[in-house]
Order: sequence, then C-alpha cells, then structure tokens
Amino acid sequence: MSALAPAPAPAPILEARNIGKSYGPVRALHGVNATISAGEVLCVLGDNGAGKSTLIKILSGVHAHTEGELLAHGTPVTFASPRAALSLGITTVYQDLAVVPLMPVWRNFFLGAELRSGPFRQLDSRRMRHLTHTELAKMGIRLRDVDQPIGTLSGGERQSVAIARAVYFGASVVILDEPTAALGVKQSGVVLRYIAQARDRGLGVVFITHNPHHAYPVGDRFLLLEHGTSLGLFPKNELSLAEMTALMAGGAELEALAHELERPAPGPEA
Amino acid sequence: MNRRSDPLIPTTDPLSREDTHPAEDRAGAVHHLVRRPELGALVAALGIFLFFSLTTDVFLSPAGVSTWLYSASLFGIMAVAVALLMIGGEFDLSAGAMTGTTGLLVGILTTQWGLNVWIAMLVALAVALAIGAANGLIVMKTGLPSFIVTLATFFILQGVNLAVTKLITGSVVIQGMAQVPFFDAVKHLFGSTIPVLGLDLKVAVLWWFAVIALATWVLIRTRTGNWIFAVGGALPSARQMGVPVLKVKIGLFMTTAGAGWLVGMLMLFDVSTVQATTGIGQEFVYIICAVVGGCLLTGGYGSAVGAALGALIYGMTLQGIVFAQWDNNWLKAFLGGMLLLAVLVNLSVRKRVGATA
Repeated sequence: MSALAPAPAPAPILEARNIGKSYGPVRALHGVNATISAGEVLCVLGDNGAGKSTLIKILSGVHAHTEGELLAHGTPVTFASPRAALSLGITTVYQDLAVVPLMPVWRNFFLGAELRSGPFRQLDSRRMRHLTHTELAKMGIRLRDVDQPIGTLSGGERQSVAIARAVYFGASVVILDEPTAALGVKQSGVVLRYIAQARDRGLGVVFITHNPHHAYPVGDRFLLLEHGTSLGLFPKNELSLAEMTALMAGGAELEALAHELERPAPGPEA
Repeated sequence: MNRRSDPLIPTTDPLSREDTHPAEDRAGAVHHLVRRPELGALVAALGIFLFFSLTTDVFLSPAGVSTWLYSASLFGIMAVAVALLMIGGEFDLSAGAMTGTTGLLVGILTTQWGLNVWIAMLVALAVALAIGAANGLIVMKTGLPSFIVTLATFFILQGVNLAVTKLITGSVVIQGMAQVPFFDAVKHLFGSTIPVLGLDLKVAVLWWFAVIALATWVLIRTRTGNWIFAVGGALPSARQMGVPVLKVKIGLFMTTAGAGWLVGMLMLFDVSTVQATTGIGQEFVYIICAVVGGCLLTGGYGSAVGAALGALIYGMTLQGIVFAQWDNNWLKAFLGGMLLLAVLVNLSVRKRVGATA
C-alpha cells in the first residue's frame, strides 16, 4: 500500500500513514493507510473484531494512536480528546445517534449548542425551528413538523437527522459508525442516499460497515480490515463487489466453510 | 416522510403507502398529545371542581376557595420542583422531610439561640441546598438510583428532625416564633393574607403561581430546560452532545431542596410554630401530583403546569372531602386511583413515542 501517492489536489483532510494502536501488550490495529478527502466516501469494511472500532476511536479522538502518523490537512496530529478532533471538523455519528427520543426534532438538532437571544438569554426557538427545517431540507429530508418527537421518525430518518446536524455544525469529515447495521433494506437505502448527499455537499465521509452491499454503491475508496490490520485500500475501479465480498469474508475461510457445509453427493460417497 | 418526494420510490407503491400514512397519522396524534402532558390533569381538575362545587355549599364560598387554594399551593410548590427533577430523570424522597428540617432549623436558631431571623433563614437555605447537592452528588458519582439515595436522606432527616428538636427544646414542637424580632416583617413575605377579588388569599398561593411561571419559563424557554429534558430522556445522548449532565442533575436536586426551604418558611411563618414531624409522608404526594400532571416516572417528559394541576386536584379533594364531611380516609383511596389512572395514560404516551428509547 505504498499507493499513498500525494493526492493531486490539496492535501486530504485526514490521512493515516501506517497507523496503529496498542492497548498495553495487545496490538489492536497496525499498518493501516487511508486518506479522507472532501467530497469522497471512504468505506471501512471488516468483520467483527477486525479493528474497525479501533480505527474510529483513533480518527474521532477517543484514543490516540501509538504507531504511524495521522495527518490533518497535511500536518501530523495526535488527538488528545474527541474535542480536539471536533475542533478540526471531524464529527462522529455513533450508532445510538445521541438523540433524545421524546424531544422534538428541533430541540434534538440544537441540543448542546442551543441558539439564544434577548436579555434573558432565552432560546431562540423560532430561528432554531426554521434552521432545522431548512438544514434538513438541504439533505432532502422533508418533515411536516419539526416539533414532532424525534422518536416518531423512522430509524433511517433519525440517522439522517444526525448526519444533517453534524453537517450544520461545521463538520468537514463525518464518521458514521455502522449507520445501517440496525436498519432494514428500505431504511438503509434512505441512509445511503443521505451519505451521497453529504458527499455531494463536499464533506469527507467515513462510512463504517460490515455490509459490502451497502458500501459498494456509495464508496469511492474501500479500506478492508481483517484481524487488526489492513488488507488494502482500493479505489472503486480496482475492485468489484464480488472481489470485495470475497476478501472481506476471508475468501479462503468462506470457501472452506462452503465445502464443509456442502451436502454429501447422493450415492457413491456415502 | 421524504419518501413522498422521492422519485426513486413511486408513490403508487402500495407498500410504501401503507407504511407511510398510518405512521404519519399516528405521529401527528401523538405529538399533539405529547405537547400537552397536562391535558388529562386539566380535565380531572375541572371534574373535581364541578363535583365539589355542586355537592357542597362551602367549596365555592370565598373561605372555601382560599382554603383549598392554600392547601394546593403548599403541595404545588413542591410538586412543581419535584416535577422538574422527575423530568430530569430522578426522584427525591427527602423533599417532604426537608420542609420540616428548614422550618425547625429557623425555629431553633431564633427561639433557642437568638439568631437574627433573616440570618437564620439564610442558614436554613444554605443547609437545604447543601443537602440537595449532596443527594445529587451521591446519585451521580455512584450511579445508585436516586430512589434509594434520597430514601436514606429522608430517614436521616426524619430522625435528626425529631432527635435534635427533642434534645434542644425538650419537646417535639417549636414555639414562641411570634416573639422573635422581625417576625412580623418576615410574616409579610411568607405568612400574610392578601385580599384579592373578595378572597382572603394566603401569600403562599402567589408564591405558588410565581414558582409555576418560573419553572415553565425555564423548562420551555431556556437552554437549562432543554438540558433538563435531555438528561432525563436519554442521559448518554445528552452527555455525548456536551450537556453538562452533572451540573444539571445536581442543580435539580438543589432546586427541590430549595423548594422544600420555601415551603418550610411558608408554613413556619403562617402558623408561627413547627412540628418535628412536619412533611413526613408527603414526599409521595408530591410525586403523585407530578405524575397525575403528566410526568413520566422514567423521566424526559412532563410539565410544571401539569404538576401544579396535580397539586390542585389534591388540594381540592383534600378540602372537598372535609367540606362534604366524608371519612377522610377516602382521600388516600382516591389518590391511589388517580395515580394508577395517570400512570396508565402516561405509559401509552411513552410506548407510542419512545418505543426505541
């Protein structure tokens, strides 16, 4: 993976060079290279325990890396906290979405960053309602009423609101942690469409998933992880869906499994 | 919702239609319900008001009205504070005993040790806020349910109230408050009666209205209110979004304790005496008022007006039963019935909105 030819245009927003992380003697991740550029979707694929969550934690500032280099806009950085990552515009949307189901959509949208006005520092609810409405519309999410509790939205819509929120609050990179994991086919489609929307609006998107069928349609590059290390970073034109699926499942392992599960041919062998 | 405008999925698709429209109608109905947590309590309050107005002569008389309003106001101030705390996802079982502790403290400091009454009140307020902060700190730092932590505080306060009062005064009642210097000045603030529209309204009722207004404003119009709903509705989410969870929760416990102080003062300066058992057994009444007013036991939902209506229901029933000359014990049975009904209604709201929470 010395394919790290300097990006043609400006330096990528984030770049991992041979990055790794050890927790004490346990080496959770090593040898990972990846770039995240504006207007691109990087898909991180891997089975459970492949190192996806360790990579997210490094990129989002939860844990600092212990090997290799992390570059933000070309300069090496080490994130001491999620806040440090946030201040560089790197936002993570976790699986649980950080929403409060009983609260209205607009209150959720601005939670923790409420707009206030007037001598009593009151909530500027008119402006927040309006902004929520327009920001969601920009992502193609049309709600009849931003006052409805966010718990009444579908899973896909809630994901999309979380993405829209990240975008509005100045994210330049959005890290999505398995956004489609708990969703059905239709709802996953909704989320994939918003990922494409975010990309078209010039964001760098890191899309973590273990489903190649979700990754392939929206991804520009694919980082495949297995057993804590990288199987490679592939541009879309160098990898077919079938190849990716085979690589991900640990092609050899799957073949062996298929062999094992094969019904014995009737007749001679039995 | 976006499906309608999405060209990729034809709107004639029977599947998408079936799946969209009922969901939207349901959401519409539910979020209207959700915006009005106090609706059920309002209907019940009107019903009870009409019932006692028609069945007793005294209920609608000026004296009758001021009596049940006063009764409702003392419970109401506490119920509103407890409602804020419950919306924030916690309970405070020491809230009742706190009304006794603060009253006793002022009583002892002034009548026994001759401290200036204003200073004694400040000391009592400081003690109350400190106990509230301790409740909050223990709950947040240990992760223990507030139900247990404040149950312990409740027993401690109950025991200390009695033991210390007996130790210092030799009896379980504080007397002689009226002889304390500046007593009359403070009585203006907390124990006076004001004629309003032919009613001899106790000043406590005005305090109650002020507390309702302030709590409603905080809940709906301020950032703090947003945070209260958030910490009660989904604590981990609130934390992730940068809400100062510890501050909000401790602030809520201190608010409840502060309300306990206010009610302690209102009672002390109304009757100029205080019993060592004051407030014991009322902690559940506050919680019931809040729940009848639409607060969810699980947090994240409710209103100050609702809790106030819950207290109004309680006050009207408490005095109405006396006016009707019924056996007082019916009150408890009625209260239990109201609570059960309210919890069932609240549960259905929760189920429809927060199924995923």
